[in-house]
Amino acid sequence: MNSPTLDGAILTLVTFIPLAGALLLIVAPRRDREIRWFALGVSLLGFFASLHLPVHFARAQAGFQYELNVPWIPTPNIHYHMGIDGISMWLVVLTTFLTPLCVLISWKSIHDRVKEFFILLLILETALIGVFVSLDLFLFYFFWEATLIPMALLIGIYGHERRVYAAVKFFLYTMVASVFMLAAILWLYAKTGTFDFVAIQTAIRGGQVAGFAGAGAWLFLGFFVAFAVKVPLFPVHTWLPDAHVEAPTAGSVLLAGVLLKMGTYGMLRFNLGLFPEQSRTNAKWIMVLAIIGIIYGALVAMVQPNLKKLIAYSSISHLGFVVLGIFSFTQAGLDGATFVMLAHGVSTGALFMLAGILYERRHTYDIASFGGIATPMPVYATFFLFITLASVGLPLLNGFVGEFLVLSGAFQARAVYGALGATGVIWSACYLLWMYQRVFFGKVTHDVNLSLPDLNGREQIALWPTAVAALIMGVAPLLWLNAIDPAVQTALAPFVQLASKVVGQ
Amino acid sequence: MTPSTLQTLPQGIEYVRILPEIVLSAFGIVIMLLDPLVDQRRSSRMLGTIALIGSLAAIAASQYQTQCPPGTAFWDMVRVDAFSIFFHIVVTTVTAVVILTSFEYMDVQQLHAGEYYALVLFGAVGMCLMSSAVELVLIFIALEISSISTYILAGYRRRVAISSESSVKYFLLGSFATAFFLYGVALMFGATGSTSIAKIGETLNAGPVPLLAYVAIALMFVGLGFKVAAAPFHIWTPDVYEGAPAPIVGFMSTAPKAAVFAVLLRVLFEAHAPGRLWLIWVVAALSMTLGNIGALVQDNIKRLLAYSSIAHAGYLLVAFAALPSSGIPAAMFYTAAYAAMNVGCFAVISHFASAGERRVTLEDYAGLGRRSPILAATLTLFLLSLIGIPITGGFFAKFYVFSAALQADLVGLTVIGVLNSAVGAYYYLRVIVMMYMREPREETPVAPIPFGLGAALAISGFATLYLGLLPGRVLEYARSAAALLR
Repeated sequence: MNSPTLDGAILTLVTFIPLAGALLLIVAPRRDREIRWFALGVSLLGFFASLHLPVHFARAQAGFQYELNVPWIPTPNIHYHMGIDGISMWLVVLTTFLTPLCVLISWKSIHDRVKEFFILLLILETALIGVFVSLDLFLFYFFWEATLIPMALLIGIYGHERRVYAAVKFFLYTMVASVFMLAAILWLYAKTGTFDFVAIQTAIRGGQVAGFAGAGAWLFLGFFVAFAVKVPLFPVHTWLPDAHVEAPTAGSVLLAGVLLKMGTYGMLRFNLGLFPEQSRTNAKWIMVLAIIGIIYGALVAMVQPNLKKLIAYSSISHLGFVVLGIFSFTQAGLDGATFVMLAHGVSTGALFMLAGILYERRHTYDIASFGGIATPMPVYATFFLFITLASVGLPLLNGFVGEFLVLSGAFQARAVYGALGATGVIWSACYLLWMYQRVFFGKVTHDVNLSLPDLNGREQIALWPTAVAALIMGVAPLLWLNAIDPAVQTALAPFVQLASKVVGQ
Repeated sequence: MTPSTLQTLPQGIEYVRILPEIVLSAFGIVIMLLDPLVDQRRSSRMLGTIALIGSLAAIAASQYQTQCPPGTAFWDMVRVDAFSIFFHIVVTTVTAVVILTSFEYMDVQQLHAGEYYALVLFGAVGMCLMSSAVELVLIFIALEISSISTYILAGYRRRVAISSESSVKYFLLGSFATAFFLYGVALMFGATGSTSIAKIGETLNAGPVPLLAYVAIALMFVGLGFKVAAAPFHIWTPDVYEGAPAPIVGFMSTAPKAAVFAVLLRVLFEAHAPGRLWLIWVVAALSMTLGNIGALVQDNIKRLLAYSSIAHAGYLLVAFAALPSSGIPAAMFYTAAYAAMNVGCFAVISHFASAGERRVTLEDYAGLGRRSPILAATLTLFLLSLIGIPITGGFFAKFYVFSAALQADLVGLTVIGVLNSAVGAYYYLRVIVMMYMREPREETPVAPIPFGLGAALAISGFATLYLGLLPGRVLEYARSAAALLR
């Protein structure tokens, strides 16, 4: 049985285990081998601790669970308020699931300044989890900004040739966008006297916020801009390809796997949660941008000569699905959006790991320097194919479920959105399979590739979990969806009322 | 004051109310007396230690003042309450940190130490007095004590041309600006018949405000605006900061500013200054924007931080436009946070600059993360705090200021502010990028961190983190102090 004390503390524990590990690493001696093992241990500990959440989660129950709410700073009224629902719970688990794999995949590829690398990685994990569990707007912003520095440093120190440019671009894009969110949060605080998400939500719904009628649209935009840059939504996506291409493999995995989801999670939780009416008014152009993102991302991915850039653009396309699902305001759309977030985290994370493995062997991402790789690296090719198919959306693998749900939600909202979005599925099959063909099939075009070693044990250990997760998520999506569903219903409640109001008129 | 008040001599408690000033002056005089007596080669360390003890004693004296009942002294010219004690502690702590930083700096630069430490202490006397003075003429005298000390200190690297330039420029423009302030005081006396801030406040609050009072406030604001380097009175800042010795820049960009902001708070809020809002609005917006834009193109870290200090004066002034109940505590908190992070920055700079301040360009900082991880990590902390990243004091400082502005419905000014802080992120980031992501240009190891500097970094780093993690206590104290001002 789960004790009440553990229930209150578990989120704090899950959030700060990595940070505690990072602090220990700071004082640890510079012995790279032991540091790697230690980081692996800490991240695994975090993962197992986080498994407590889904195991003891009351699935049918709506609202937040494992809540902890204690005052932190008296003035302004800031609370250390944490809690999760079905949506954020899985994002937390996704984060803790990917981090040990990041440690494994960086085992050999990071050989300079190893200690700092793992410190930054663990700090980043804490900040990411913090974003998903915070229910106090201030605390949320705190973690939100805190993700920025370790990620920028990971890109800027451990990245490839143009790493500094990419790191600065990443930092400035997201920093500039999030100050708008800060302004909106401060406005809400000035009018309501609290940062508590639930309290502000109640105040807004009860119409107790002075001046909200006029400011609502601006507040919505303030939050939306910060999230849209993070997602990234077309046309503010330009930082992403640079950041991905230059980032080290672990950085890319967490960037695509979790960081981008901060944006879509934010839209779901805050834009929909706090500003339902404004969300509805703005839904039209947002969905159009999402569809442009889906198609544009796919088309650009198709012509990329660089493997990693191709995967980066595919992320833009996939995240377009998430935004499309969220702003369809349908049960299926939101369920699907959440599921795509998780599925994309697993399969794109795996794709970046696979790309990184190839880079370690050949020091290039250039698709043209490969060809016929299936011959020297059969196991690698099998993994790659499996993950590619998962990403394409093959039924029984994880990509299919989410995209199917999103599209059926989009059709309910408006048929043309569904139809246009559906082309994205075809595009993704085109660019991914074409890429697969060029890299793996045919004769070996470059002699150096003949002697490439296949996956070693460590790499296989890093890849197996993603493959297994992709399969289980495809076969038994209900394991995930039955926790997501009540949370989505709660998020949609104001929209149902709104819709019935419209119908009633 | 009437002849009868002159006859009653000050009582014991009244001396306690200027205790930090007395302590600092006494130690300053002792240093001046000892200087010719001790051996030149060994004097630096010894006189520095005396100065350090003096500043620590002044901190203790300020602490002791909290035990005494608040009240006025010396015919209502000085008032000691939570408000002035707050600024006393900021000023004296900064003084201690600057003295700790100077130990090594004086040796490396081969500067004569005698009057240097005495001047730092005398400057601190003026600053402490400024924050507790409630009478305009005394404020003027305190301002001059503090300014004259910093004029001389700015030119202390006397063998270097730009240092002399810095001093002369600062002196000429500074005197010009204080003249404005004095003229404002005179006009205010003409408009209200008093130089006591409380009486001015009563008069201005009671009846129609004469035009003369508006002019007086504007002139006083010019003088004080110059001292805090607010645009459009900021032109001197980069040149003076570039030439002055690095620890002194850390000193004069924080302590006198804190004191002048205390004066501004008293003049603007306690005296119910007319026309406050639009005056502050324009100056704050200008300072933030010009400061940040100017900093974008700097290659010398001292000039970069000079422009950054202009921008920070602008953020701070935003709080002055807000309502007193939230604006005054926000401004006080910002002063403390800014003092902690900026004095820390200059401690790092003065160590790294080495003999003759050779290494002060951004290029010199390339690869510092590898060459001296501790130095780079602490500088990163201070720079992140200047950007306003969470868990640092700079974050809460900006946060309180902007939320105070929003409570007063200053949406326009807040938007200008947050956009500016995003622009500001760029140039601080350039330094961090240099330190961690560029290869070092020279492989010579950075000199190890001596004890004094280590202590200085520890104090300012601790203060920056403390204000960023547990800002509640300091803000509560500032709130209780602000309540006394209205």
